[in-house]
Amino acid sequence: MKITLHIWRQKNSNDKGHFETYHLDNVIEDMSFLEMLDVLNEKLVAEGKEPVAFDHDCREGICGACSLTINGIPHGPEKNTTTCQLHMRKFKDGDEIWVEPFRARAFPVIKDLIVDRSAFDRIIQAGGFISVNTGQAPEANSILVPKQNADNAMDAAQCIGCGACVAACPNGAAMLFVAAKVSHFAYLPQGQPERKRRVLAMVEQMQKEGFGNCSNFYECGAACPKGISVRFIALMNRDYLKASYSEEKLEFAEKE
Amino acid sequence: MILDGKVPSGRIEEKWDKHRFEMKLVSPANKRKYKILIVGTGLAGASAAASLAELGYNVEVFTYHDSPRRAHSIAAQGGINAAKNYPNDGDSIWRLFYDTVKGGDFRAREANVYRLAQVSNNIIDQCVAQGVPFAREYSGYLANRSFGGAQLSRTFYARGQTGQQLLLGAYSAMMRQVGLKKIILHTRTEMLDLVVIDGVARGIVTRNLLNGKIESFVGDAVVLATGGYSNVFFLSTNAQACNVTATYRAYKRGAFFANPAFTQIHPTCIPQSGEHQSKLTLMSESLRNDGRVWVPKNPGDKRDPRDIPEDERDYFLERMYPSYGNLAPRDIASRAAKRVCDEGRGVGPTGNGVYLDFADAIKRLGKKVIEERYGNLFEMYERITGDNPYETPMRIYPAPHYTMGGLWVDYNLMSNLPGLHVIGEANFSDHGANRLGASALMQGLADGYFILPYTIGHYFATTKLEKVTTDHPEFKKVEKEVEERIKKIMSINGKKTPTQFHRELGKIMWNYCGMSRNEQGLKTALELVPKLREEFWQNLTMVGEEGDLNIVLEKALRVADFLEFAELMLWDALERNESCGGHFREEHQYPDGEAKRDDENFCHVAAWEFTGVGNKPIRHIEPLVFEYVPLTVRSYK
Ligand SMILES: Cc1cc2nc3c(=O)[nH]c(=O)nc-3n(C[C@H](O)[C@H](O)[C@H](O)COP(=O)(O)OP(=O)(O)OC[C@H]3O[C@@H](n4cnc5c(N)ncnc54)[C@H](O)[C@@H]3O)c2cc1C
Ligand code: SF4
Ligand code: FES
Repeated sequence: MKITLHIWRQKNSNDKGHFETYHLDNVIEDMSFLEMLDVLNEKLVAEGKEPVAFDHDCREGICGACSLTINGIPHGPEKNTTTCQLHMRKFKDGDEIWVEPFRARAFPVIKDLIVDRSAFDRIIQAGGFISVNTGQAPEANSILVPKQNADNAMDAAQCIGCGACVAACPNGAAMLFVAAKVSHFAYLPQGQPERKRRVLAMVEQMQKEGFGNCSNFYECGAACPKGISVRFIALMNRDYLKASYSEEKLEFAEKE
Repeated sequence: MILDGKVPSGRIEEKWDKHRFEMKLVSPANKRKYKILIVGTGLAGASAAASLAELGYNVEVFTYHDSPRRAHSIAAQGGINAAKNYPNDGDSIWRLFYDTVKGGDFRAREANVYRLAQVSNNIIDQCVAQGVPFAREYSGYLANRSFGGAQLSRTFYARGQTGQQLLLGAYSAMMRQVGLKKIILHTRTEMLDLVVIDGVARGIVTRNLLNGKIESFVGDAVVLATGGYSNVFFLSTNAQACNVTATYRAYKRGAFFANPAFTQIHPTCIPQSGEHQSKLTLMSESLRNDGRVWVPKNPGDKRDPRDIPEDERDYFLERMYPSYGNLAPRDIASRAAKRVCDEGRGVGPTGNGVYLDFADAIKRLGKKVIEERYGNLFEMYERITGDNPYETPMRIYPAPHYTMGGLWVDYNLMSNLPGLHVIGEANFSDHGANRLGASALMQGLADGYFILPYTIGHYFATTKLEKVTTDHPEFKKVEKEVEERIKKIMSINGKKTPTQFHRELGKIMWNYCGMSRNEQGLKTALELVPKLREEFWQNLTMVGEEGDLNIVLEKALRVADFLEFAELMLWDALERNESCGGHFREEHQYPDGEAKRDDENFCHVAAWEFTGVGNKPIRHIEPLVFEYVPLTVRSYK
């Protein structure tokens, strides 16, 4: 098939950036979207031109490295599918495709389609963990977790940290990502001792990183390639409110 | 040279405890005087970084990814083994030890494997405490399943995303220490060389992938947790960026590389669909429980599989291995598929594929049962291939998946270079010539959480380390060499892209050093690889700047190292004149196609010493003694 690509090119974070148009004549249906970009890049390199820089690694929909906003949608048109798992048979001969980086204030563009998502790591660093040192753990089966809770925790823990939720949100909020981590631990007995402190710390860091506020558009849930449910946002909001009015809030503030 | 694995004396059950008692300790106040550099944030690297920082050491961590959570460990699906014996089905540390030694076809060090089985239970405890959402029974207790043909249910899992959940556990423990300022994290930073001063590993030289800056880091110990090298085959189930540079560069600086020819080929992967293919996707092996494997009887039969009548189909596994049929062991099934494809009977656009057909199973059990068992796998298959496996047979083909070989380490996980420790898939340690399913995750976390944190302290407590800084002439020398290598690559003004060279190398390695190997083929490859390498240094095309984010340069540097490393693999495969586990030499097989070991001559680890690019490396050995698991033929009759 023949495909026309309009791809965002930006030399570095200071560059203004622009779309450039490319034509590919021999796109095969079985190619993944990224393999199609590989073909373009091989062509560009052979012509002595700089290839289009994009993040990717596992190409199995699990590492969270791939991004891309395809025709205005983070990870493209297929539901519950990362860009690396999107295949060209979902497009038609003659299609024009617009490819941009994930756009959000907290995700500055580094080059072309690569953005800086390290804000996510700093949110985890602020509280996305259970404070247990190696060696402290009790016998595994001494902690019982009702199956329903384990399943809920797993539903939330599946987040791959890709940032599509942020890119999809008109406000550039990171609510779904943060809520997924908060909920993962909130459903488990192991997560209870630090439950309040965690949600306060993570939300505070989220705000520091320049993510926007949530005004319940729920575009995040629609864009999420792992189908993380927006109900986790409600859970996080409840936890946050409760924690804000508890003594731990004070303790947390003092520590700061 | 005969290498000493430094296995402690005493009965195997007591070795590790005794060793832990005998090792020297570093006092808590002194720990913060030591700096440890860890390269890699997969299960091995992240767990080690967290544990060492918790102990009070200063840790610096490096990864080429944008976030530590992207390490390739994230992709592991099936599960992690432990000897908990929760299902009460007769499991024990001893049995896990025994199975792993035998599964590795008697080419691993017994004492290491025993220790691995011993700490396996602590891993599950630790992960549960971290909040890893393992599968549970309705009672709230942990669930287990059997995996990879094991007769016991000893595998713990988190849906089909066990690696992801374990890695996120280790990552969160590590990030907590980053927040506490006990760990300095360097992302998008690639280690390009090791710095050895007076025979001791003291630091690394890295390239900042964002701006090309070459930098040195000095430490009291260096830990490599940089994963495996399956991508030497170009196409594999590994992530795109997985490469051999860190371990290969350490090898060039004097570390021995052990058993590089021990690679594992997984039988059930989605076949290549064309030249554009960038990776191969693993499909769970469980599919072979109900699918029947076949190819057309006649070469070149291009009909729709559904139009090929029964009597023109060859159910080759059922024919060749009547007792095991479609469930024949991984290596046997893989080699049989290759054989029928080599005969021109392979299916699919490239001819490298065999059918895995569920039509009979659907007829027998109904579509609903099949959907319950394999629904999500069928969905993933359809997403990638566009074919619906309920209606037409799946196509599968074997693919490189895991590398048992790696840098040689002693019982303390230290290489022959003092100060250089190697953990996870990057070392050669516990899997011998073949790894069992669900035991790589176990090994990575065992090394990082429960072994290295003790043994590295012993190293510090018993070693007098000179004070050095990155101003040391050796750092300057290595930095300069790295810069010159980059300049040289940037200046080649040829026609072929790094990916083209990688693909060509992959073909050579797959054809001559893949699923089965023979003397003739290996010798041919030993001529082809150096030629390709020469061409690379003449005919590579480069674009962009070295002082910028440059994906072509990143790739070229990795391919350059693969082109040298491949030769080492070939030497190992040639010199190991026996078949064992994943290393199948056609000259050495039983009439039924089983690998024929030669314990008289090859019951040892081969550890190779670098002697210059293009020169034959020196082969050292570490003899293997089997005191507890008697050497027997690994039979699946
Ligand atoms: C598809 C698939 C499924 C699997 N399923 C299972 C399973 O079910 N059970 C099981 O037990 N095993 C499984 N395995 C095997 C297992 O996942 C791996 O062996 C294991 O995760 C390797 O962990 P690691 O920490 O050693 O390395 P990795 O996770 O590969 O991490 C390597 C790290 O090193 C870094 N790195 C490498 N080189 C450099 C450099 N030069 N500079 C800077 N950083 C560098 C990378 O950035 C990364 O952080 C599977 C493997 C694959 C491919
Ligand atoms: S919540 Fe979904 S979209 Fe957001 S980072 Fe996680 S996986 Fe990506
Ligand atoms: S490349 Fe890993 S999720 Fe897409």
